[in-house]
Amino acid sequence: MELALVLAVPFVASLLLAIVGHHHIADRLNIVSSLLTLLAAALLTIRVIGEGPMVLFQEQFFVDPLNVFLIALTALVGFTTSVFSRPYMRVEHHHGRLSVPRLRLYHSMFQMFMCTMLVALATNNLGILWVAMEAATLTTVLLVALYRTPASLEAAWKYFILCGVGIAQALFGTILIYFAAERVLGPLGGALLWTHLDVVKMSLEPTVLSLAFVFLIVGYGTKTGLVPLHNWLPDAHAEGPTPVSAVLSGLLLNVALYAVVRCKVLVDGALESHFAGNLMMGFGLLTVTVPAFYLSRQKDIKRLFGFSSIEHMGLITFAFGMGGPVASFAGLLHMTVHSLTKSAIFFAVGHASQMAGTQIIADIKGLLKRSPTIGWGLMLGSLAILGMPPFGVFTSEFMILTTAIKHYPWATPVLLTSLGVAFAAMFGKVQAMAFGDPTVQPLPHNPALLPVFVHLGLVLMLGLWIPPYLAEWYRQAARLIG
Amino acid sequence: MNLSILHAVPLAGQVINLCAAIMLLLGFAMLAQRRILTLINLFMMQGAVLAVSTAIVALTTQQHHLLWSAGLTLILKVILLPYILHRLIRRLSVKWDIETLLNIPTTMLAGIALVVIAFNVAQPISQLSGTIMRATIGIALACVLLAFLMMITRSKAVPQVIAFLAMENGLFFAATSATYGMPMVVELGIALDVLVGMVIFGVFFFQIREQFDSLDIRHMERFKER
Repeated sequence: MELALVLAVPFVASLLLAIVGHHHIADRLNIVSSLLTLLAAALLTIRVIGEGPMVLFQEQFFVDPLNVFLIALTALVGFTTSVFSRPYMRVEHHHGRLSVPRLRLYHSMFQMFMCTMLVALATNNLGILWVAMEAATLTTVLLVALYRTPASLEAAWKYFILCGVGIAQALFGTILIYFAAERVLGPLGGALLWTHLDVVKMSLEPTVLSLAFVFLIVGYGTKTGLVPLHNWLPDAHAEGPTPVSAVLSGLLLNVALYAVVRCKVLVDGALESHFAGNLMMGFGLLTVTVPAFYLSRQKDIKRLFGFSSIEHMGLITFAFGMGGPVASFAGLLHMTVHSLTKSAIFFAVGHASQMAGTQIIADIKGLLKRSPTIGWGLMLGSLAILGMPPFGVFTSEFMILTTAIKHYPWATPVLLTSLGVAFAAMFGKVQAMAFGDPTVQPLPHNPALLPVFVHLGLVLMLGLWIPPYLAEWYRQAARLIG
Repeated sequence: MNLSILHAVPLAGQVINLCAAIMLLLGFAMLAQRRILTLINLFMMQGAVLAVSTAIVALTTQQHHLLWSAGLTLILKVILLPYILHRLIRRLSVKWDIETLLNIPTTMLAGIALVVIAFNVAQPISQLSGTIMRATIGIALACVLLAFLMMITRSKAVPQVIAFLAMENGLFFAATSATYGMPMVVELGIALDVLVGMVIFGVFFFQIREQFDSLDIRHMERFKER
């Protein structure tokens, strides 16, 4: 029942907003439906904590500790983003960058995007997971191209083609898994249902599964932004409206990685070797290293943080690749804190670039003098994402690094160098934006900065103290991942 | 499996292998085709061959749900998508020649290499498969890779999209040859995604041409040097 609400509210809201999205209440309606989704997700979470994992709707959907935590996170960030987007979109409209029909498209597609991601997270069927991921690509393509400028069209086309090709590989991987499972479960045994696959994973054909995993990690990895398949990500982040950058970074990348992790569990069971883990570690390490060296060359603030997202996705992929209770725990924690921090940063960046009228870093100066809240939001958010204690990112990075030192010492210098280079590159740029003589102008509408500080407060709390039930929840999910 | 099916395997199997060979041939033809209009017709023929082979499998193995997916292929790939594409190129008036980035003989040689790779990769799967189409899994993968090659060698928007759709053809063929098709709900979902994607592509063509005065993706080079 709760799950039906979680999925139905954004879907209905999307249809509703497609009809009445031009009305001035559309942005409020967007917030209300996101809030309802969040409440439904909270109820679902409470029920799962109380009753344990459950399978619903003829086994097509299921909820366990791993995905309920991501559902809750997705609903939370979706809600705060909708709160942020109200004043942001008003300013964009005021500056004449968006017409009313475009705003209608934005609101409707935002809710549809939330719906596809929640379906992808909650589904038990690997085929539906693929369909939902593809649908998420389609909705975000429309969102990235919202401004219809040459640059945004180019970014959207690149995103469309690259992710289309990538996700086609993932479909082939899914077909291979179905093929291997059908031999064990029979044509009517629900050979695409994850819960069924999980039971028989020991008897699945190892050669087919390892081949399938290569296709799956390339496919869903394109969507996660793993190097060398990351090319679409900085462009899509830079050219779309900022709320879209926030949900792309904070949510979509997580969901794509979740798909990889789900498949890894099956492959690990079938192979009894560390093949899937090694592949993920390799991709992860490459993905941490390469963007670190691109960061210093970036001139556009949103591209800068796009590259930073790639780096963090690499770190999480590496953590899940290492496996084991500590590394998986750290990976899940890092997923949470990264998505909270990065979306908070994008909220601040969005308003900062609106005040400056540009996204070029060199032209944004003196944020602290003109608007202390935006300036401090950006500054603290950047410190948090760079892994400064006492924020939660430090905790998870510390855990990932110590596990690496213990089991894979050769990887540690690579990780530390990349994190150091990223720090040097990003901190200097952000500092120059926050301090100095202001070049920025005040905004015509009051910005909603509560989401920024709520997110950063949560990240700070996770750095200092993880509530026991949350820790237990992470532990259960980490045990599932293995 | 009853006796009559066993009896029917040789002939049906041969027809299916013939279909697979035609699919591969069409894949190569698309790779080398310079004219947009012919490209759409080739894509339509590939869809038709796919529908026919799926229908034959459905009839010889009594897998009746495959008849539905054959029908779905027929409607989507042979009628609806080519119709949309024809309309699009008429309204965009782009029936001109296509130039490829690499020259055609090199592309064809690369295509042959991909087919060899595909057959090697598919060998372990073919040995495990129990379907009458198991020999065609390699061909299906080869079709996917050829479409992939076509996508990266083309610089115009419409051929890129046709390559994308051809890749989907190959994947669909792979699903039928390895496992007698995916569950119906998944196939419907995929078909819906492809259709919606096509509509968005169509909208994009107009936007791109409006902004760049051309459908040549090479005009979009702003991000390349960064």
